[in-house]
Amino acid sequence: MKLLELSGIGKRFGGLNALTDVSLHIGRGEIYGLIGPNGAGKTTLFNVITGLYQPDSGEFNFNGKRYRAAKPHVLAGAGIARTFQNIRLFANLTALENVMIGRHVRTRSGVMGSIMNSRAMRLEEKACRDKAGELLNLVGLKKPHQTLAKNLSYGEQRRLEIARALAMEPLLLALDEPAAGMNATETENLKELIEGIRNAGITVLLIEHDVKLIMGLCDRVAVLDYGRKIAEGVPDEVRNDPQVISAYLGVDGE
Amino acid sequence: MPNAHEAGIFKRQRRRILLAAILLVLPFAVDGILGRGWLRIVDFAMLYIMLALGLNIVVGYAGLLDLGYIAFFAVGAYCYALSASPHLALAFPQLFPDGVHLSFLIVLPAAALLAGGMGVLLGAPTLKLRGDYLAIVTLGFGEIIRIFMNNLNAPVNLTNGPQGISRIDPISIAGLSLNATQRIFGITLPSVHLYFYLFLCFAGLVVFVSQRLEKSRIGRAWMAIREDEIAASAMGINTRNLKLLAFAMGAASGGISGTLFAGFQGFVSPESFSLMESVMVLCMVVLGGMGHIYGVILGGLLLALLPELLRHSVLPMQQALFGKTIIDPESLRMLLFGIALILVMLYRPAGLWPSRVRRRELSSDERPDETA
Ligand SMILES: Nc1ncnc2c1ncn2[C@@H]1O[C@H](COP(=O)(O)OP(=O)(O)OP(=O)(O)O)[C@@H](O)[C@H]1O
Ligand SMILES: [Mg+2]
Repeated sequence: MKLLELSGIGKRFGGLNALTDVSLHIGRGEIYGLIGPNGAGKTTLFNVITGLYQPDSGEFNFNGKRYRAAKPHVLAGAGIARTFQNIRLFANLTALENVMIGRHVRTRSGVMGSIMNSRAMRLEEKACRDKAGELLNLVGLKKPHQTLAKNLSYGEQRRLEIARALAMEPLLLALDEPAAGMNATETENLKELIEGIRNAGITVLLIEHDVKLIMGLCDRVAVLDYGRKIAEGVPDEVRNDPQVISAYLGVDGE
Repeated sequence: MPNAHEAGIFKRQRRRILLAAILLVLPFAVDGILGRGWLRIVDFAMLYIMLALGLNIVVGYAGLLDLGYIAFFAVGAYCYALSASPHLALAFPQLFPDGVHLSFLIVLPAAALLAGGMGVLLGAPTLKLRGDYLAIVTLGFGEIIRIFMNNLNAPVNLTNGPQGISRIDPISIAGLSLNATQRIFGITLPSVHLYFYLFLCFAGLVVFVSQRLEKSRIGRAWMAIREDEIAASAMGINTRNLKLLAFAMGAASGGISGTLFAGFQGFVSPESFSLMESVMVLCMVVLGGMGHIYGVILGGLLLALLPELLRHSVLPMQQALFGKTIIDPESLRMLLFGIALILVMLYRPAGLWPSRVRRRELSSDERPDETA
């Protein structure tokens, strides 16, 4: 069963075709890899499916609904959560607060409830706090949960971003180069974490330059080059695809 | 752990009772020690604190730099001035032969709603703007309101232009006029005392609402927008609605403060709502500690009292030393003000009294987790 299906997505920036006619689909429970050389359009594709960019052409289907030009918060509510390539945490808030903000779409308290400190609001607040704490432990944040996000190390910040995204209870978790800047042990832990996330029933879309990680984790992989999908399939197939090899080695760099 | 927790609650409770007691006797102390004029100044300071707390919602929580905030104070003030004074008899003699004299308790919520609505009106076109650009547009908005007040005396005399509206009804609640000395429970309370308690109630309300919101889902969403709007929207936060909410709540607080101001002073004119006032309120927020309620209160208090302190110390001092006034306290105020701002930004960039999380972060990183 398909969770996400892109059809003919195109995105231009001025004269640059960042994405051209990209179609692909991701099944429920899959770990789907997205690779390609620098500037291939991977992050742009993320921005399109999370509503940060409006595609110039094409549309996508998510969880049975069609989207063309939806707002980010609508897509987040629909169940797409993401992390950012250049980390975008709420720097001056604590790690715990960051994750609690991730719970925003799954909680309801409004202005009146908050001012009245209603019972429903207090219960929700406590559940939110507990859940956030659990998620921080799940991603293995060892520092106190009250540490400001900006005072965490690079690897910790990446994991905090994953915890924050998981707090949204997404159907699809989109990770933009989560292993960037991590050392070997951190990457190994990350791999286990992503497997755990998939086993919990969450579909994962993964952009990564670390070939070993992609090959070890992904069920299927798509390759972007100059905004076009040039290959798709199981990792081994893709790795030996001559077009992919030339794209990476730049032999026939067109 | 539970014992320590209980002790903490107990301590906080005791501190609250102490604070309440101090605030209750404060007008008598100020009146007795410094004189009635000072109590009047303290009353005005309370209005400024309310303004600063309202702006803190917009700037401190949601991170929206608003340089026209005083416009909402103006809206509240003119609301009350028009609906509780003989003025409208001039414009509509047939309709209101004696002017309009609505009760304070009716005007207040209406003014808060109207100011809140104006907040949304200002917010809506500025949703895509950030930082400096937002500041410029809001600054323009503040000026537009002031210029309207200045010029709406023709063709129909709505605001009486630069002369302003006078003979505004004093605030009276349940038949009890706050402009006269009243005896309540055997205690004689002069007018300034009564206004102090009234303002205290509303300042308390604004503090209460701010505190509750700050620690709620809504407050966190505001702070998320302040920290990173794109990430916030990717977390499912409807940034448009939450920004408008912040504008509306801040504006409503400004409107309430304005209503109280008009009733207390009995006179309003556009002069009280200049850009300088917006800047002043913003300075109270920034100087005190953006996003931290107690810091903002401190900032409001300091900046509201500073000019009066100067007036009462600099003039007599110069007279005693030189026999004449060399520096006018008003220009000295701006000078000191500039120096203070520079010093604070250099040495305490988070404000005089920043919030606990930030202080804890500065003092140490390794503390046991206290979330349990
Ligand atoms: N907002 C934008 N405005 C203009 N050009 C953009 C914008 N965003 C991306 N681009 C361009 O689109 C192309 C694709 O960028 P994108 O960030 O999607 O690449 P990527 O595959 O994520 O690369 P990397 O591996 O370096 O992260 C690049 O040439 C980039 O310069
Ligand atoms: Mg990228």
